[in-house]
Amino acid sequence: MVDPGWYMALAAALFFIGAVGLLVRRNALIMFMCIELMLNAVNLTLISAGRALNDINGQVAVFFILVVAAAEVVVGLAIIVSIFRLRASASVDELSDMRG
Amino acid sequence: MVEALLFVVLGLVALVGAVTVVMARNPVHSALGLLATLLAVAVLYVIQLAHLVAAVQVIVYAGAVLTLFLFVIMLIGVDEEETREEKLPYQRWIVGGLSVVIILFAAGLTLFGDFEWVPAATSTLPSTTNGTVEAVAVPLFTDWVLAFEATALLLTVAAAGAISLAHFRRRET
Repeated sequence: MVDPGWYMALAAALFFIGAVGLLVRRNALIMFMCIELMLNAVNLTLISAGRALNDINGQVAVFFILVVAAAEVVVGLAIIVSIFRLRASASVDELSDMRG
Repeated sequence: MVEALLFVVLGLVALVGAVTVVMARNPVHSALGLLATLLAVAVLYVIQLAHLVAAVQVIVYAGAVLTLFLFVIMLIGVDEEETREEKLPYQRWIVGGLSVVIILFAAGLTLFGDFEWVPAATSTLPSTTNGTVEAVAVPLFTDWVLAFEATALLLTVAAAGAISLAHFRRRET
């Protein structure tokens, strides 16, 4: 059995890559994918923690995260599409309409 | 032994996919990298006896969510080369410095901290964490039934919101 710490190290690496992508990229779609990457890293952490603690509730928590992620993707992509209709661009740098 | 081998291979696949998501110029390549990562993580779930969650991951994430991503990429077109230069001065350096500080702090806690992240398993029997449908469903519909209903409401609201956004028409000026 691989030590759960290794799984958590892998999850931390995935989370880090996702966070870097979120900070570096400008395309709203790619930023969204990076958020999905980070959510997946957290899911992996919960699964391996649940296994190490012999507790099924880790998997139940992952279930809820999956549902929230699905809802988030639906709304987020709809927002991106409607922004694209207005501006013909998916770059977040150009979205300064609400600037005071 | 088998688990260690699978962990190394799938971990490498997941990391390569994640780096592809961040580095790829073409959004379609990013989506495919995300797909590789999602599938590798799903197999990692299977190794850790979370069978139902792995199946849901493949169906919901790799199936529905990624299809939605690809659909939107096709809809709004592959963007031209995005600029990678930073408009705010010094922001890169500040964020980089903060990241290094946080990573060093976390590494110090992990290496020298006087606590265990995860205590050792109390039992060697994997039976209670074997994530069959029944094993996941029983706590889901007993202890977590309120949260379950809340997610149902959330999904309904999200669907309604997406539909209203899609029907939004700008007044022609």
